[in-house]
Amino acid sequence: MLTPLEWEALALSLRVSGIAVAAILLPGIALAYILARFDFPGKTLLDGVVHLPLVLPPVVVGYLLLVSLGRQSPLGQWLHETFDVSLPFTWQGAALAGAVMAFPLLVRAVRLSLEAVDRKLEDAARTLGAGRLKTFMTITLPLTLPGILTGGVLAFARSLSEFGATITFAANIPGETRTLPLALYSLVQTPGKEAAAARLCVISVVVALVALVTSEWLARRARHRLEGRHA
Amino acid sequence: MLDAQVFQRLGDFTLDTSLAVPAEGVTALFGRSGSGKSSLIRLIAGLGMPEVGTIRLGDTWLVDTRRRRWVPPHRRQLGVVFQEARLFPHYSVRGNLRYGMPRASRDAFDDLVDLLGIGHLLARTPGRLSGGEARRVAIGRALLSCPRMLLMDEPLTGLDGARKQELLHYIRRLARDTGVPILFVSHDTREIGALADRVALIEEGRVMASGPVDEMFARLDLGPRTGRFEASSLIEARILAHDQALCLTRLALPGMEAGEALSVARLEGAVGDAVRLRLRARDVGVAPSGAPPLPDVACIPATLREMGDEAHSPFVEVMLDVGGQALRARLSRDAIAQMELQVGHALQARLRSVTVSRHDMVVVT
Repeated sequence: MLTPLEWEALALSLRVSGIAVAAILLPGIALAYILARFDFPGKTLLDGVVHLPLVLPPVVVGYLLLVSLGRQSPLGQWLHETFDVSLPFTWQGAALAGAVMAFPLLVRAVRLSLEAVDRKLEDAARTLGAGRLKTFMTITLPLTLPGILTGGVLAFARSLSEFGATITFAANIPGETRTLPLALYSLVQTPGKEAAAARLCVISVVVALVALVTSEWLARRARHRLEGRHA
Repeated sequence: MLDAQVFQRLGDFTLDTSLAVPAEGVTALFGRSGSGKSSLIRLIAGLGMPEVGTIRLGDTWLVDTRRRRWVPPHRRQLGVVFQEARLFPHYSVRGNLRYGMPRASRDAFDDLVDLLGIGHLLARTPGRLSGGEARRVAIGRALLSCPRMLLMDEPLTGLDGARKQELLHYIRRLARDTGVPILFVSHDTREIGALADRVALIEEGRVMASGPVDEMFARLDLGPRTGRFEASSLIEARILAHDQALCLTRLALPGMEAGEALSVARLEGAVGDAVRLRLRARDVGVAPSGAPPLPDVACIPATLREMGDEAHSPFVEVMLDVGGQALRARLSRDAIAQMELQVGHALQARLRSVTVSRHDMVVVT
């Protein structure tokens, strides 16, 4: 049904986005918790930095990544020498670009959900002998789950659709960094490939729809488990 | 058992008080809303930190600000029942009950579930419980964490009369059967009359007076402070007999002569059981000794022990001695003048049986 090239782009996209979301999930929850629960000097600045990718042109983000992680940069050199890892122009780099762009969406969704958790329930858990960690794992986290699911799917979708930062930082290498949007872009640039471009377009729409419907279904299930309280 | 001495400023309100709670029975912390009851409970539970103070539970120091000691709430071994039940919505009733339960207390689980009558609710989610059921589950959850003391912050608020009675009944049973001391916060004299063994009266962030509940009810000087405790006294009576046909229970009040009885609505309880009655001062009348009896009115020989004196009031609160217990009555100045009442006089206390409602009676044993 799909051509090998289409398969390649789709599989790469799913892998890159999946890894991007997996990588930012824990730091995203941790940061959302810090922003939701603590006040400290520099909080506004931190909040701003986290949200920068939302408002910056993606190309700028890609350029900044290239400048800070390229071979010529100290950090990039260190990564290369110590771990033999090179991020620019690799699929890992594409995942990083997707992760950076998706991060603020995840943090926002989780933070909103965390702020909606009734702190009185946490107090009750503490008086029942639960320490901070147990309270977080058994009360706060499960009650935040709908927000984490929504945020995760949003981040996944954002990463799937990532174009500007990816093409700047990881370039457009077939089989390595050519994700669905990049493949579509290449086809659009090539005369006579309109039909192939249309097929990729349909694939993109289907993937996005499946992600959205799945997230809605998961979030509804999670909410159902919590709903009882107003019944 | 619990000794607290705390100082804390909360906005323009200052909590600066000491409180002692004995190792058994129910101690009520009584005060109007805004008097600092809930703040004090939060400090004891460890959900807040006093600026200065010490809190000691048995021989464990929970808080000692001078020595920078502060035990976090989860290590205090205090069960807390909050005003709202605060059940965890994502756990079943069973999961809620087990949340703080040590593994070893399986038997305790079954016993307590029986005692609270929540066996049929175990599989439900908290959202499908009624208000009274949710409170009972919350009480069970707190008790199953094996606390050394149970703190209850107005656990009956927002329940209707019948549910309140039912829950009062369960709490009384708990206090009797589990032996866990209870600190019970309330602003309702009826709840306190039905439950408490001791009362600490808190006002504007300070415990003003404390003592056994009947003595506290009998102190005329506390009247103005407490909104007159809805001016009532607690009297311990005994069940003399039940009258099935008339749906009545006959009670002997202290000092009552043989053959006399107060007839009240049918009570659950055996002949000889003690019943705690809460009698409002305005329902107690006074007549000269030897005045002829009236149907439906119980007569109790009494001595006038104390007369309150409040200027600019048409009424006078008097304290009568009936068989060694204090009975409070509210009379008009007119009546006092007509009968020429003076402290030490013998007279009759009179009580119409219909003024004693079911809510005013608790079978104690």
